[in-house]
Amino acid sequence: MSDGAQRDPDVPATRDGLALEARDLVAGYEPGLPIVQGASLTARPREVVAVLGPNGSGKSTLVKAIVGLLPVTAGTVEFFGRDITGLPAHQLVRQGLVFVPQTENVFARLTVRENLELAAAVLPGPRRRGRIESQYALFPDLGRLRTLAAGRLSGGQRQMLAVARALVVEPRVLILDEPSAGLAPRLAAVVFDTLRTVRALGVTIVLVEQNVRAAVALADRATVLVEGRDRLTRAAAGFLEDAEVARLYLGGPGARAR
Amino acid sequence: MSWLPFLVDGLLLGSTLALGAVGLTLTYSILGFANFTHGDLITWGAYFVLSLLLAWTAATGGGLGRLGPLSFGWPFLAALAVAMILTGAVGLALDRVLFRPLQRHGAQIVLVIASFGASLALRYGLAFVYGPEPAYYTREIQLAAPVVPGLPAVRATPDQLFVLGLTAVLVVGLHLLLTRTTLGRAMRAVSENPALARMVGVDPLAVARWTWLLGGALAAVAGVFVGLTVQVRPWLGFDLLLPLFAATILGGVGSVYGAVLGGLLIGLAEAFAVPLVGAEYRAAVAFMVLLVVLLIRPRGILGTHE
Repeated sequence: MSDGAQRDPDVPATRDGLALEARDLVAGYEPGLPIVQGASLTARPREVVAVLGPNGSGKSTLVKAIVGLLPVTAGTVEFFGRDITGLPAHQLVRQGLVFVPQTENVFARLTVRENLELAAAVLPGPRRRGRIESQYALFPDLGRLRTLAAGRLSGGQRQMLAVARALVVEPRVLILDEPSAGLAPRLAAVVFDTLRTVRALGVTIVLVEQNVRAAVALADRATVLVEGRDRLTRAAAGFLEDAEVARLYLGGPGARAR
Repeated sequence: MSWLPFLVDGLLLGSTLALGAVGLTLTYSILGFANFTHGDLITWGAYFVLSLLLAWTAATGGGLGRLGPLSFGWPFLAALAVAMILTGAVGLALDRVLFRPLQRHGAQIVLVIASFGASLALRYGLAFVYGPEPAYYTREIQLAAPVVPGLPAVRATPDQLFVLGLTAVLVVGLHLLLTRTTLGRAMRAVSENPALARMVGVDPLAVARWTWLLGGALAAVAGVFVGLTVQVRPWLGFDLLLPLFAATILGGVGSVYGAVLGGLLIGLAEAFAVPLVGAEYRAAVAFMVLLVVLLIRPRGILGTHE
């Protein structure tokens, strides 16, 4: 992305140089029933961080709380050094923190182009067209299908559109919730190829995944969540051979490294 | 072809129902509840124009002018524009003081019942101020003339043609709004998936505000259509509520184009019921059409919701 260097100029210099830092977060769907119970997560600029863990360990809840979709009961979230705890999702998008949910992540009744135009609406008028065109350049399939209703896309194409729609606003941090879930292995591979493209653009990525091998192959670091808490964080290299990881996964309730 | 004279009647009622049903379907899909005050917003629109015209004649001492063969002049059009804004503002105010505070408690049925109560208050408020007697924008008698060459039975007055023409203009305008503007795409996005809309940067409260304004403005036009072609009464919108819901459901809840289509179909069905089965059955015929369509297509003609 050629214009990837255009950033919000009033972001202060970052403490510890972190793009995203969630500290001791407590959050859940209902008050009094926290699913995330004091979890921390960090991502450095341009880093890809995988968030792993067994089913029900609170991975999705953690990232939804970070992006302002769920109420945060305790803890803080900082985005490039600025406190964004509890800010609503639609405001965080304007700051460059963008979330791609796991399911129903495109507007089925809008066309491919309208999905992208909707996202581009947060940008200043003159830049919108160019940002949409650069998505078509990045994902030629979407350019070809631009007048089609998104509901008629295949599963893999939908994930591609969801990622493209997130990239329209030039996110500084992109958070994805299980982008390969429910896809056939071949399509899941396409999604991870897409993410490799995004990574090459220099976007910081936080990736929630069940597919441990694929996630670790893409990531620089991985954090494992168990029962709503971050239990360990390791470099992605050597992650699968790590004894502690094996113990957590094999010992954890109902899940193992695939 | 004894039913032909009823074609214009059906299209007039259909136009009114179409504009009313668009607002109803928008508020239902974007705000998430069946809004019973919508009928009374229609009535308020009609009374805003009546009040503005009374004020105008009182202030100027003059008449309302004439535009070509129409029974009214530009003061009427200006009053219509102002009434659209005022009715939208009434919707906004209702949202602010009633629906939004209640929405925090969650249950949809609370909102529906609250809207029923607000509907009563709005209706009887008008009846208290203006009295229950019908009023008219103009006392002028217009003659209906044939409008389709070769079909002398199809007759309409100039005012009736104005109603049909304005409906067409508004429907085209609405289509352009929904497909060509950021606001329109945001409204469609919120109606499909409010949570995802927030994630792509749509402010849900801003969209809700525009929905009330737009729904209220269209309701006002629908009310003025009734006032222009029938009469102004405190119950005019409430009497339209059942056919409005029928039109909304027939077209498919959440579909703007479905609402327009449903409105026209219900309007035509009611009008053609008069020569075919008798005037006393017109409301029943509209609902028969609704039942038959729903048995074949449970989601409505253009509906996509499960």
